[in-house]
Amino acid sequence: MTGVPSDLLLRETALCDFVAQEAALLDEGQYEQWLDLFTEDGRYWVPLLGRFQEDAHSHNSIAYEDRLLLQLRIQRLRDSRAHSQHPPSRCQHVLQISRVEDVDEEAGTAVLRTPFLYIEARGEEQVMLAGSYRHLLVRTPDGLRMQQKRVDLLGAERALPAVQLFI
Amino acid sequence: MYRDQPDRIRALVQEDRVHRDLYLSQELFELEQEHFFANTWTYLGHASQVPDAGDYLAQEIAGRPLMMVRQADGGIRVMFNRCAHKGSQLVSDSCGNTGKFFRCPYHAWSYKLDGSPLAIPIKTGYEGTRLKECESGRGLSLVPGVAVYRDFVFVRLSAQGPSFEDYFGEALRSIDNLVDRSPVGRLTLAGGAMRNIIHCNWKMYLENINDTVHPLSTHESATRAANALWAGKAPDAPKPMAMEQILPFGAGYEFFDNMGGRVLPHGHSVLGTRFSIHSNYARLGDYEEAMRAAHGEEKATQILTRSPQNSVLFPSLSVKGSPQAIRVIRPLAANRTLVEAWAFRAEGAPELLFERALSYNRLVFSPMSVVAHDDVHLFESMQKGLKAEGNEWVSLHRDHHPGDAEVAPQDVNGTSELLMRNQFRAWADFMTLRMGATA
Repeated sequence: MTGVPSDLLLRETALCDFVAQEAALLDEGQYEQWLDLFTEDGRYWVPLLGRFQEDAHSHNSIAYEDRLLLQLRIQRLRDSRAHSQHPPSRCQHVLQISRVEDVDEEAGTAVLRTPFLYIEARGEEQVMLAGSYRHLLVRTPDGLRMQQKRVDLLGAERALPAVQLFI
Repeated sequence: MYRDQPDRIRALVQEDRVHRDLYLSQELFELEQEHFFANTWTYLGHASQVPDAGDYLAQEIAGRPLMMVRQADGGIRVMFNRCAHKGSQLVSDSCGNTGKFFRCPYHAWSYKLDGSPLAIPIKTGYEGTRLKECESGRGLSLVPGVAVYRDFVFVRLSAQGPSFEDYFGEALRSIDNLVDRSPVGRLTLAGGAMRNIIHCNWKMYLENINDTVHPLSTHESATRAANALWAGKAPDAPKPMAMEQILPFGAGYEFFDNMGGRVLPHGHSVLGTRFSIHSNYARLGDYEEAMRAAHGEEKATQILTRSPQNSVLFPSLSVKGSPQAIRVIRPLAANRTLVEAWAFRAEGAPELLFERALSYNRLVFSPMSVVAHDDVHLFESMQKGLKAEGNEWVSLHRDHHPGDAEVAPQDVNGTSELLMRNQFRAWADFMTLRMGATA
């Protein structure tokens, strides 16, 4: 990356703010607004090999979802007969400062890596996961959007209890 | 309470109900480790996980550390992952290649791939000692019962017990159906495993595999969301793979009842003998052509039209022929179970079939699966609820007729709880098989 992008949207502060806002929406349970942050062809991806996984087809993933599946997940969470949400799950994303890995002003894209801790609490139970996000952001007429949110878990292959919200 | 009390154990399984101790008692869990899993045949792994000489796969079964090892001659051996010297595990990675021999990291005792002793440092120190006559001088202990059936590797921990063929019998046709979906008859386990820790007894999970009455209420939220998202689409609109797989979960009681089931001796079963939620995946012309070329018209049709919901190879393995996926049930404690879901790539079949298996496992068996969330919640809920007073029994009365568990094989309706009663009957049999004569 050379120099400061002339496009305000692609400047470091704007990019990092986006990632922080995105996590905040999840912590607040604003899933519909969160979904709006994806492009039409956006993907939410939790690879089974964490950061060592090359693609989503040769190896499986804990989640690999397009907007349709994300919508399904959100609608189900809103359903009173989502039995596993009695009691409901709550989550807290604890983010480290994002590192901007790449900005392509011409294409209007940026890549950020953000280490995180994710805590999901439900009733008397709590699950804590660590890892790092890799956001692929694109500039659109409506502002920045996620083309992909990749969640690289530490120890993604170990046996996990249910993880019910969005990491 | 239950040790050396086979009659008490058998009394926990009545014809039409089982006692809660089957799920709750840690003592029974320990007796299962000792007796039940010594007498039964448990799935260990798939030969494609150890393709080359020196490849190993370490796997704990019923609390014992095992490893399956590809031999120089291409065969597979299963031995205990325990140095004959002091007991360190010879391998601590879950899989890898050991080269031409195993060498214990602690004192460098080494063993050939077949487990026989190779070398011990300071050999002179053992001259005149009893080492050679002891277990420690004989190398690695081999698992007494090992069977490799079309690359599926099973073990029986006891030297006695039913033979592999007698034990599984007709249930092996479910493995055949899966393997025969490769026109060249070869599968490779691929894409990693969905691995779940569930805080419930393993038998609860296993009986749910044969439970067709739960989807409508348990998975109501997931199927309602799927239906709502798909509402308004033309009936013949091409479905994305995920929709193709998730929408059938909402099928009604009649669908599940009509799909039919078959109970087999020793706890095994096939659910969906007529059809299942997997029956209507998009067809693939070229592949069907390749299958006809490989198997002939009649057999190819027979293989491809058979897509049961689940076949249970009691007590550790559940098989789907389409999608090409298996679930492996590993009991960890009375109230803790590890469930793994694996996918197969079938040689000579289109990559799309592998993608179907990956997609299905991700949608339905991932720790993040919206379908599994409600299952897991209910399993864990039962594990807690069963501690209530006033009723120590779990009902299995649906479609019960006195003596019906005596007859196997037997075809049943898809919602019959005989599919579960048959499992518990086998549980009692193999639990008490070698506990001695009854008082």
